[in-house]
Amino acid sequence: MLVFLFVPLVLVLFVSFMSRGVYGGIDYTFTLDNYKRFFDSLYFMMFLESILVAFITTFACVIFGYPFAYLIARSPVKYRTILMFLVIIPFWTNSLIRTYSWIVLLRTEGVINSLFLHYHWISQPLNLLYNNGAVLIGLIYTLFPFMVLPLYASIEKLDISLLEAASDLGAKGWQTFIKVTLPLTMPGVVAGSILVFIPTMGLFFIPDLLGGAKTMMIGNLIKNQFLTARDWPFGSALSIILIVATMLMIAGYFKFSGGKKEDLELI
Amino acid sequence: MTLSKLAARTYGALIYGFLYLPILILVIFSFNDSKLNAVWTGFTFKWYGSLWQNANVLHAAKITLIVAFASTLLSVIFGILVAVGMYRYKFKGKSVLDGMLNVPLVLPEIVMGISLLAFFSMMKLPLGIATLIIAHVTFSIPYVIVVIRARLQGFDKSVEEAAMDLGANEWKTFRLITLPIIQPAIIASALLAFTISIDDVIVSFFVAGPGSTTLPLQIFSMVRFGVTPEINALSTIMLAATLFVVILSELLQKKQT
Repeated sequence: MLVFLFVPLVLVLFVSFMSRGVYGGIDYTFTLDNYKRFFDSLYFMMFLESILVAFITTFACVIFGYPFAYLIARSPVKYRTILMFLVIIPFWTNSLIRTYSWIVLLRTEGVINSLFLHYHWISQPLNLLYNNGAVLIGLIYTLFPFMVLPLYASIEKLDISLLEAASDLGAKGWQTFIKVTLPLTMPGVVAGSILVFIPTMGLFFIPDLLGGAKTMMIGNLIKNQFLTARDWPFGSALSIILIVATMLMIAGYFKFSGGKKEDLELI
Repeated sequence: MTLSKLAARTYGALIYGFLYLPILILVIFSFNDSKLNAVWTGFTFKWYGSLWQNANVLHAAKITLIVAFASTLLSVIFGILVAVGMYRYKFKGKSVLDGMLNVPLVLPEIVMGISLLAFFSMMKLPLGIATLIIAHVTFSIPYVIVVIRARLQGFDKSVEEAAMDLGANEWKTFRLITLPIIQPAIIASALLAFTISIDDVIVSFFVAGPGSTTLPLQIFSMVRFGVTPEINALSTIMLAATLFVVILSELLQKKQT
């Protein structure tokens, strides 16, 4: 298994320093052009945009997911399992199918437009699909359970007596949350954010299907370099950049949040 | 107090609605008579019937099942060996191996997909069922190992030692003591590997050959040609299959605790 994981990765690193052959193959001459091409062109902007989209997605998942996970973790024990199970089901369902279900809802002849037209709330179908908003909804929808699961795990473990102690000592609800609850559940936030952030960059089919031709993320770019443009060296360079960026971001996040490596094991 | 409780419940209901509404509508419209309109015109099973006649879909279903069964079997076998080996023996580089096992869990899937594609093409392995199985084993194993190791951690080593003292050899101890103890974890991890394999889109996208399309890839290509009730029906079947496996694994896990 290690062979099938690391040999290919080293291979990609190697290919990223090669040139593209005339017919799309790999020409074995060393070059840094693939990386240069990335850093002084439109691709770099696209990469920054992808990171921005990933941040927005992660942030939205934390903001909406935290109260939700809190709610479940503090509900009566007998309901907790079933409530959590209801979150696990979408977690295990095929992400492509869940993306597709948004097309059914959002397209011009889709459910929302048909309903609104039927009741004469609108006179023309709205353009809900094929824009950045649709891509964001798709990403948040797909990745939301990945945030809720680790959040729930860390909130559930939290000792309530600590919160009582805080309020006994005169902390208001809000203060308790900022000073006690949030720091203690930070491992969950970190784990959830990593689980949401990383896939955002690679889920190329969500921008493909919900964003139409307008939206292009780094995942789509890599996919196109490999399958359409047949420029493997450039695609490899993009992948290496993606790996390095992800690792840097994870490292930064751990440092920033003071989390430990073991936190990932919450998953 | 009651007002905030009401607000909390409403919020919870809204999020569950957000999670389930799109899936529910997909399922409902797979039984809709109309092909073009998103308005309900009558109940029908005909889209399921036409799926059954669609040669591409049937072929994809076959590929999906072959790959899922094979990769589950292989990843569970290798997973047990690695987990038990790491649990029982101390060796050089163990912590390095430990860290490496976590890499697939944090590696962007697309990178794993293209790196395997590059690897297979260098090795001159033609893309097809074999490459799909290898790829699926690669990304399932870490999950299998995590589940089995979790079970092993709570298990008393002295039981194994007692068996050896009583004259059982290593293989016998493994077969009669270790294996039955980790059996629930084996079943849970097998179900996990199976669902991951059935649902994978990204890695399969890169390592499937022209003749070895899996069901998710089939759905992907169908969606690109337009939205039809047939896709709703196929998606509904896949949802049902996943749901079945998830519920089964939950029930099995509950039984052992």
